[in-house]
Amino acid sequence: MIMNSKDKLFVAPAPHVHDKSTVKNVMWNVVLALVPALLFATYFWGFRALLLTLTGAVTAVVCEAIIQKLRKVPVTVHDGSAFLTGLLLAFNIHVGAPIWLPIVGAAFAIIVGKQVFGGLGNNPVNPALLGRAFLLASWPTRMTGGWVGVKDYAMSGLNNLPRIATNLQELSPKAYELVTSATPLGVAKTLRDSSFVADINAQAGGIDLGGRIFSSLTEMETLRSLFWGNIGGCIGEVSAFALLLGAAYLLYKNIIEWRIPLFYIGTVFVLSLLFGGIPGSGTSILLPFFHIFSGGLLLGAFFMATDYTTTPLSKKGRIIFGIGCGLLTIVIRLVGGYPEGVSYSILFMNVMTPLIDRMTMPKAFGRIKK
Amino acid sequence: MRLKTFPGGIHPHDEKQYSKSAAISNFPTPKRVIIHLSQHIGAPSTPIVEQGEKVQKGQLIAQASGFVSLNQHASISGSVNKIGRFLHPTGSMSSAIEIISDGQNDIIPLDDDPKFLELPVDVLKERIGNAGICGMGGAGFPTHVKLSPPADKPIDTVILNGVECEPYLTSDYRLMLRNSDEIISGLKIIMKIVGANKGMIGIEANKPDAIALMQKRCAKEKDLEVVGLKMQYPQGAEKQLIYAATNRKVPAGGLPMAVGVVVQNVGTAVAIYEAARYQKPLIDRVISITGPMVKTPMNLLAPIGTLYSDLVEHCGGLNGALGKAISGGPMMGFALPSLEAGMTKGSSGLVLLGEKAARSMAEHTCLRCARCVDICPMNLMPSMIANAVKYDDLEIAVKAGLNDCIKCGSCAYVCPAQIRLVQWIDTGKIRYAEIQRNK
Repeated sequence: MIMNSKDKLFVAPAPHVHDKSTVKNVMWNVVLALVPALLFATYFWGFRALLLTLTGAVTAVVCEAIIQKLRKVPVTVHDGSAFLTGLLLAFNIHVGAPIWLPIVGAAFAIIVGKQVFGGLGNNPVNPALLGRAFLLASWPTRMTGGWVGVKDYAMSGLNNLPRIATNLQELSPKAYELVTSATPLGVAKTLRDSSFVADINAQAGGIDLGGRIFSSLTEMETLRSLFWGNIGGCIGEVSAFALLLGAAYLLYKNIIEWRIPLFYIGTVFVLSLLFGGIPGSGTSILLPFFHIFSGGLLLGAFFMATDYTTTPLSKKGRIIFGIGCGLLTIVIRLVGGYPEGVSYSILFMNVMTPLIDRMTMPKAFGRIKK
Repeated sequence: MRLKTFPGGIHPHDEKQYSKSAAISNFPTPKRVIIHLSQHIGAPSTPIVEQGEKVQKGQLIAQASGFVSLNQHASISGSVNKIGRFLHPTGSMSSAIEIISDGQNDIIPLDDDPKFLELPVDVLKERIGNAGICGMGGAGFPTHVKLSPPADKPIDTVILNGVECEPYLTSDYRLMLRNSDEIISGLKIIMKIVGANKGMIGIEANKPDAIALMQKRCAKEKDLEVVGLKMQYPQGAEKQLIYAATNRKVPAGGLPMAVGVVVQNVGTAVAIYEAARYQKPLIDRVISITGPMVKTPMNLLAPIGTLYSDLVEHCGGLNGALGKAISGGPMMGFALPSLEAGMTKGSSGLVLLGEKAARSMAEHTCLRCARCVDICPMNLMPSMIANAVKYDDLEIAVKAGLNDCIKCGSCAYVCPAQIRLVQWIDTGKIRYAEIQRNK
């Protein structure tokens, strides 16, 4: 007798095999992919970068657990999604920020950005970006001020914007402030103001100082600094190299899909090449690289614009989403009120997602296109 | 050979290692068989024998009850013990005829027409219809119906399906190695019946020896071609196979004949050959008894109606605690409540899995990760269909592809939230059909 015929076997619907992927696995893999960026940030800016990041992540986990307890639903913080949100939120803060900033931001991200809507899978916009937008609106000076403080935490070298300042002893106070106190994107933004450029040029005795500073943005040295991470900015934005490393891992593991990052970055590339120059200076083939490596673009394109819940389902929809993000980012960077536009453009496209989904329903195999 | 394929799909481990080296062996005459009246798509067959009646192996015991129905024959000699409800390989209870063996093993007298290819099409078709042949890949569509396309749908290509993309199963593979000549004869008969001038045999790349053998057999035949296919599930699904082999897209809701193609399983081709040449009814088939929990995995030629429990016993029994018994492959097969089901003409395999497989995983909330969308071989939005069914919005479900779904299970296979997408979609299909009926 091979088995008692009265025994009932386990019955479940097909398929009876699974690729063993889990939500937990996905989330912790994304966290893992962000570890290089965190290590680079800690290397360049010291322990405080690590401290701020972990503070954000732990706050997010604690908040999620408390809210889930209050909602009387299973506590699922082990799935890593809250940890990831807190981590990404902190990555959007600069290292000179006070310690309460990531705490407040992460709490807002989890409570208002995620749990209010029912938790994982239900939030309409990226919680980490919502948290960042909240912080930026509430404490704009805390969020953007203190860039200068960055170099106090730097462990190696200075970026080449102050180097220009030392090279150009003739700099006026206004120009000196520009090249020392802003992020590279801030410099690029300020130089788009032609009256400002005329001002510093006049103060510099008629030489094209504005053009010279602008072209220094696309010097190999600047790009090298941007690529390896020796530059001012938010914690997670420090090193293009570290972010690309993590992105490659996620693409290899099939956790993120290539369409959104490719079309996002591709759009930024094309538009910055076409429209990124300033009057008198023209453009440079290296200008797109400046735009791609600086600010939050790589962090946004690979780690936030690829957030599952808040991006379109269909392949065509993801292409539209990526192009939309790139377009808005460039519009904000070049003509908007802020030097950086990654987070707002992703948030804006997040809200468009249901509409995009509805408009890009794929035609089934064998259905004739109408 | 350049391997062909279709867009989408997944790459599960093929798990063929258990039974792929086991040559086909004959299963001895079982003590009893259960011949189901629904082994096919269409109306159940009508029994023409009564309880207690003596029957001989090969004798007609249930008649097709219409054009889209099937003849059923006694697969062993003995007496009809009971006509009642028995466990079907799909896991439900269904009407069947139980025959108890009398120990005799003589089949009804068979003829031999060595010049079967010269027989008129009508005769060939009649013999196939009489033999009670249905698709042996699993779906079980009556073959005589499939071979009677309307005159306004000319067929130019016949594709034999030797893909066997379901993990574990090796019955078609072993059959191709053993019966290549019969398969090719079957293919030629089908081509003659439908008037096709091109015959193809689709085989997945994990069966290189079968590809090589079939190529050798087809080398001198100008109108026959072996198509090597990439290992990718569901490569053996009809529409996907047709696309991979011919680059033709079967229109949604349409049949392969709409693009001039007829697809038959390689096992069906052998049955067609035997019916055309010997007028032999379909009373046995090759089935893989495989998986980690069976002692000696085998590919057995067994009478239709043999109980799964007898087959497992023949394979040396179980290796340990049985968790799940799957009739068919693990992607689309049915989990059985017990092994007391009688195999049907569509039973290509029995996969026995351990206790680990017998765990139900909790469904999580959909992350919208779109993996299901990315791999859907029908280019649908499985998560959106499932969600729409969940919230009773069938209109959106239909828009997202409810009626185009082939239930291959690829979406549920890749879902990190373990959502039982196929079950939700199936629920939607049933509800939708109900609504259409009540209209």
